Amino acid sequence: MSLRGVAAIVGVGDTPVGKLPGWTPTELCVEAARLALADAALDKSAIDGLVTCDSMVEPHMYHAEMIAQTMQIRPRWCMTLSAGGATNLAAVHHAAAAIATGQCTTVLISAADTLRTGLSPERAQAQMTSTGDPDFEAPYGLPVPGSYALIARAHMHAFGTTEEQFARVAVTTRAHAALNPAAEKRTPITVGDVLASRLIADPLHLLDCSLVSDGGAAVVVGGADRARDRPNPPVYLLGAGEGRSHEHVSRAPSLVESAARESGRRAFDMARLGPADVDFAELYDCFTPVVLIELEDLGFCPKGEAGRFVEDGHTALGGSLPTNTHGGLLSHAHPGNPGSMFGLTEAVRQLRRTAGRRQVPDAQIGLVHGQGGILSSHCTLILGREAPRP
Amino acid sequence: MTTPGKPLPVPTVVTAPYWEGCRRGELRLQRCTACGALQLPPQRHCRRCLGDALAWQPAAGTGRITSWTVVRHPVSTAFAAHVPYIVAIVALDEGPTMMAGIRDCTPDAMHVGLRVEVLFEERSDAIALPYFRPANHA
Repeated sequence: MSLRGVAAIVGVGDTPVGKLPGWTPTELCVEAARLALADAALDKSAIDGLVTCDSMVEPHMYHAEMIAQTMQIRPRWCMTLSAGGATNLAAVHHAAAAIATGQCTTVLISAADTLRTGLSPERAQAQMTSTGDPDFEAPYGLPVPGSYALIARAHMHAFGTTEEQFARVAVTTRAHAALNPAAEKRTPITVGDVLASRLIADPLHLLDCSLVSDGGAAVVVGGADRARDRPNPPVYLLGAGEGRSHEHVSRAPSLVESAARESGRRAFDMARLGPADVDFAELYDCFTPVVLIELEDLGFCPKGEAGRFVEDGHTALGGSLPTNTHGGLLSHAHPGNPGSMFGLTEAVRQLRRTAGRRQVPDAQIGLVHGQGGILSSHCTLILGREAPRP
Repeated sequence: MTTPGKPLPVPTVVTAPYWEGCRRGELRLQRCTACGALQLPPQRHCRRCLGDALAWQPAAGTGRITSWTVVRHPVSTAFAAHVPYIVAIVALDEGPTMMAGIRDCTPDAMHVGLRVEVLFEERSDAIALPYFRPANHA
């Protein structure tokens, strides 16, 4: 059976982002949930499915159960999901399957963390050190940006991609953030600014790297049949696909091509759509080169040509594929694994056509992509303003 | 504030011969006796066929750089004194790839495709870590 059109997002909620002293990750997770329920005009008693994402700052053995406890709800379908930056989108995929098979009717997906104010320097270091293979990578002292620098360098070598083209991703994304009152970084930047920012791990500069934030967001997913009962226009799940290839960068089958090819193809096949049908994209932009690889692997341009695609203005508002219209992880917020949730809630706002000054005119179809690890874990969602025709 | 040390590999029953090789100045590969696949890092099962009979063979210790970076912002205070330092992915001539630090080479001389050879750096009595340097290093 296909999940095409069986589920819809009926509520969204974003907490404030940036530095939120005095908030714990659990409090932000529940706050996001509260906002999403209010947006859906649903009482918490309607929630019979729950998916959360564990917090780095405040890890719990049973995170989703802990959130259920804090909200005093009793979901019959419940999980804590872990797929890094793909987590929240995979949660939507799983929620649609659970709804389609009658396991539950209304799923709350909420994620938040306080990476900005909640991690001591010691714990931040321990976190950074723990991402690589403990025996065969970590001893060399490669931080997360360094792993993505390996990806960037390989792309430059294979396709002639330039540091200026990476920088253009950051510049375009910042221009979108400037139109989003909720974004953390709203001052426009230039390619020169990016290249003049300090080198973190060659060839990546500080402004090629995403933010470190507090914050969270939530969505409510329900069956498409009853989605029009809610006050806001539902946003339909048309396609979902996932793909995985490795965990650690030294064992990536390729440094320039990712399992986003598989997740994207699966999502497009389910939706019976192709890249040309997509009006805007919310891509995972933990580091600028990732956006280029995603644009290629999802089929928006041929392999190796995403640098030029971005340089030619396609991903800017007004271009053929406005990308990261809210400002992305680079300029809106990046609270760790919850980060991809903001791309999802932005896509819902674009399809409801409530995105204000950054609205993509006549947005019908949006694509959201998340990736976790070092191009390890991928999920692609295709969302639509209208229910699909059978 | 306690300063975390550099992470040190912890040999297991399966990986001990690899680390013993490093200590003796020999980079070793696992070879699956069932399907012939060569693999690194070592593990209990062959990644290709999941066979559990793996043998050891010495690697030539040479390969080429498939990507590299210069770490300017250290991962932890334990590495602070070493910045900037180069970390790369090396494709061994036998096929397997591995992460390693690079020695005896400046960032200007680094490039994808650079031929490299292994050397070993003692991190503790039990552990010598494989690093690489440009091949035919004088």
